[in-house]
Amino acid sequence: MQFSEHWLREFVDPPLTSAELAHALTMAGLEVEALQNVAQPFVGVAVAHVLVVDRHPDADKLKLCQVDAGQGEILQIVCGAPNVAVGMKVPCALVGAELPGVKIKAAKVRGVESFGMLCSARELGLSEDHSGILALPDDAPVGEDIRTYLALDDKLFTLKLTPNRADCLSLKGIAREVGALTGTPVKLPAIRECAVGSAQRRAVILDAPAACPRYCGRVVSGIDARAPTPIWMKRRLERSSIRSISAVVDVTNYVMLELGQPLHAFDNARLQGGVHVRYPAPEEQLLLLNEQTVTPDPGTALISDDMRALALAGIMGGEESGITADTTELFLESAFFAPDAVAGKARGLGFSSDASYRFERGVDFAATREALERATQLILDICGGQAGPVTEAVAPEHLPKREAVRLRVPRAEKILGIPLGAEVAERLFSGLDFSFRREGDVFTVIPPSHRFDIAIEEDLVEELARLHGYDNIPERRPRGPLAILPKREETRSVWRLRRLLAARDYQEVVNYSFVDAAWEKDFCANPDPVVLANPIASQMGVMRSSLIGGLVNNLLVNFNRRMERVRVFETGRSFLRDAAGDAVAGFLQPKRIAALAAGPAAPEQWGVAARRVDFFDVKGDVEALLAPLVAGFERLEHPALHPGRSAAVVVQGRPIGLIGELHPHWVQKYELGGAPVVFELDLDSVLQQVLPAHREVSRFPAVVRDMALVVDLGLAAKSLRETLAKAAPSFVQDVVLFDVYQGKGVDPDKKSLAFRVVMQDTEKTLSDGEVDAAMSKMIEAASRNFAAKLRS
Amino acid sequence: MTDVEQLVAQATAEFAGIADAAALEQVKARYLGKSGKMTEMLKGLGRLAPEERKLAGAAINSAKERIESALGARRDALRRAALEAQLRAEALDVTLPGRGLPTGGLHPVTRTLERIETLFRSIGFDVADGPEIEDDFHNFTALNTPENHPARSMHDTFYLQNAPGLLLRTHTSPIQVRYMETHKPPIRIIAPGRVYRVDSDATHSPMFHQVEGLWIDEEVSFADLKGVFTDFLRNFFEKPELRTRFRPSFFPFTEPSAEIDMSCVFCGVNGCRVCSHTGWLEIAGSGMVHPNVLKAVGIDSEKYIGFAFGMGPDRLTMLRYGVNDLRLFFDGDLRFLSQFK
Repeated sequence: MQFSEHWLREFVDPPLTSAELAHALTMAGLEVEALQNVAQPFVGVAVAHVLVVDRHPDADKLKLCQVDAGQGEILQIVCGAPNVAVGMKVPCALVGAELPGVKIKAAKVRGVESFGMLCSARELGLSEDHSGILALPDDAPVGEDIRTYLALDDKLFTLKLTPNRADCLSLKGIAREVGALTGTPVKLPAIRECAVGSAQRRAVILDAPAACPRYCGRVVSGIDARAPTPIWMKRRLERSSIRSISAVVDVTNYVMLELGQPLHAFDNARLQGGVHVRYPAPEEQLLLLNEQTVTPDPGTALISDDMRALALAGIMGGEESGITADTTELFLESAFFAPDAVAGKARGLGFSSDASYRFERGVDFAATREALERATQLILDICGGQAGPVTEAVAPEHLPKREAVRLRVPRAEKILGIPLGAEVAERLFSGLDFSFRREGDVFTVIPPSHRFDIAIEEDLVEELARLHGYDNIPERRPRGPLAILPKREETRSVWRLRRLLAARDYQEVVNYSFVDAAWEKDFCANPDPVVLANPIASQMGVMRSSLIGGLVNNLLVNFNRRMERVRVFETGRSFLRDAAGDAVAGFLQPKRIAALAAGPAAPEQWGVAARRVDFFDVKGDVEALLAPLVAGFERLEHPALHPGRSAAVVVQGRPIGLIGELHPHWVQKYELGGAPVVFELDLDSVLQQVLPAHREVSRFPAVVRDMALVVDLGLAAKSLRETLAKAAPSFVQDVVLFDVYQGKGVDPDKKSLAFRVVMQDTEKTLSDGEVDAAMSKMIEAASRNFAAKLRS
Repeated sequence: MTDVEQLVAQATAEFAGIADAAALEQVKARYLGKSGKMTEMLKGLGRLAPEERKLAGAAINSAKERIESALGARRDALRRAALEAQLRAEALDVTLPGRGLPTGGLHPVTRTLERIETLFRSIGFDVADGPEIEDDFHNFTALNTPENHPARSMHDTFYLQNAPGLLLRTHTSPIQVRYMETHKPPIRIIAPGRVYRVDSDATHSPMFHQVEGLWIDEEVSFADLKGVFTDFLRNFFEKPELRTRFRPSFFPFTEPSAEIDMSCVFCGVNGCRVCSHTGWLEIAGSGMVHPNVLKAVGIDSEKYIGFAFGMGPDRLTMLRYGVNDLRLFFDGDLRFLSQFK
């Protein structure tokens, strides 16, 4: 909502500067988004009358003008504008004038003296128009300061109104608010019933009374639709960013801005029979003023005559019944359309209109007729003609109810946390012009017809708080009983995981949750991802079921910026279809933690041979992330990963995620240079830990023995280790793989796995015999199960 | 000089001339060994008269001690020299870079979220979480925003295809609804998370973060809301002089509602480019929980009052670290992200 300050001050003129007024509005909940000058500052420009225009003796494009600027003498001025002509009224910058960026002096132009400058709109800083001198109306008074004449000392207020304050979508409403805030009296234009000069009328039939409980209409005949809009009205419309179209349309817009009531004017000659408010017939079509043909849904009310649809009720008029320059008779509509009947309809059709914007938020249903009278009077004044009688159709049972709302002052004080007092409440309600009854500390308030946001006690509390001033409510340190927040030791915080990965040289990223459908196919083999109905871009069309696609994209983006070494991680939700679902039926939304490492294992540095990061580097990171939980890694086939270099991560018998090298196929498709290693784990599973439990430390010496076993190349080290551990007597504390060897001395289809066995008893020192027996038992088990041979 | 004295001088001089520990031991044998010169001299004592023998014996013993002491001193000197040589040889260029992995870092917005959590936990707020695919009920209806409510047009919502009524949450407020469905007052939570709106330009991202706050108890007031949030901002920015301004506003789920501005962290309230020369920055929406919201989750709205607020940690991050483009947060550009260790 944008408007001229002059206009507002005509209705209410508090003793505040523009900036103070803006601040008062903002702090009352009508946020002033912008406060601008209509024109830049300048001085010394007067209205002038062009008396003579001659050619400049020495320049083809210049003209020599004699003008009367009301200075008591005729001024000679050289002017280059193409449109300057005898008889024109123009702005003239006098000698000594200061324009934006220029000071005007008496000067010789191509040898001819010039005493001032005739100005274009751009030279005055009014617009970008520099095509010629700004032509003023013929009745502009010669000699008057142009700032006074064009009201250029005005300012523009732009309000950012919240949806609950539709009552402030008019000058009347804003004036009422300013009056309440400042205690200044409000003077609105007096509106009288127009004298009825014709008997012409149309019947109004409410077939959709819930959508339109009140409709006022009248015929105005014998008008001149070509009459020019008065300059003051044009100016106010322009300063509210509404383009002047024709006098009749301008009047309807003007009254809408002034009073908040949207109006519509039909060409009465094109109407047949009565005017109906009804719901559309199936497939009924209507060509709107914006040249859009619509097929309104069955719930959208129409205005029609006996024959056809004329307009979308409260939204937009129809092209065929609209007024033209040749129109001589109007049917003028002022109606109350219910918010529910209009809400969302224009949006559903893909546009918005000033009328629908107001109706869906709520228009004063008691001021319908008043607005019609106001518009009629203005039309008669500007376009002439005779007004017919007002036809008013009302369905009182469908008009909005204004139920009494109770306000208990102590309750308000409790909610706001301040002592307020019933006297202050009474003063504030009176200022708002609310009708109320007071019994001690309790008020019973009937909300006015222009307010659609007062239904419960809290709404009144807000009114009191707003007028009392949010600034006058103190900042209080809250008091309350203290209780310790539970903190489970077995559950780690995600912050620890983030810090841990950061300490291992991973950088955290935040990737979009919506991804390219191709990523879902490539990295998750997910042919049926969760699809967005209205994505922002096609490559952000589906919800991710894995974080890996985003990480691969991070690699790609940074790799293309010549960053060789990329290590990134992310935590966040993934989205999967699931018959049952978790929080929301049909979908699982588990949180994940995932990382990717690519390029050299370490940054280039002295004394360390460069090598690419590999599966086992990242496996070490996963193990560190899970510790003290110990994970198993089991061979895995996954569409994203190299089949021979990927594993499921298993904790306590349950798979919680995966790790692996990206499949060469995707490395090639996405042009990644080399294969990154990725892992992705279920976050909640990683957060779960076990409480440490003490185990007695032995006082007896430990015995350490090594063994190297030659086995088939394909045997998983884990299987062999488990067999050894199972065969070991209880005093064997640990069996650790410390070397893998292939090459000289070992058959090409075999490998040697070396284990270190740590033995220690809590009760006694172990004898050589016991140690030897334990080793033999383990070797024998390995030999029995895997034909393992001790490497000599 | 007697022979004895001469021998001492000779041994001392000879020791001093030796630069090698093994050679020193050989020379030692020549003086103090079984057939060394001192031993010879002691053997020669027998030939002397008893009176002389006593005197000469004392002199020889003294000389022996002095030779041994000279030897010890030389041994020490050689050891010291050897150690010094070893240390010299082992000296490193300590200015060479350290080896191993450097450290990565947290995302700047995550840093902010951690900070917000820490500050609110310190006054007893728990942290709650909720789904990002939400239903219409939790995102709108339970928050007093029925269908066709004009407030819905304030949120450009992402909807799921072929799943009527399901959407990507447009704010973190549904988390408060879910929390209230399963917990009884007193309730004191913050709810951080990702939210989604159909919007994308230099100052809007289709995905961004929010942190919701909720406090419900029998005695909670608007004055407490002002106190808690102002306290939070002062501590978040570590600026005790920071001021806030609460302005009446509208959210369907709070009444009264307030927009929260804070004094510009760059210019105080003098006005600069960041605050569009107003001196104030819009930082959060807030208000007293609407009774309809409490009723929707079965909380007695007469007995309990609450306040709620919602803020944008992305914007807080931009202000705190001087980041000027929201899109940088979601680009995954390591040159940008690695600045936040």
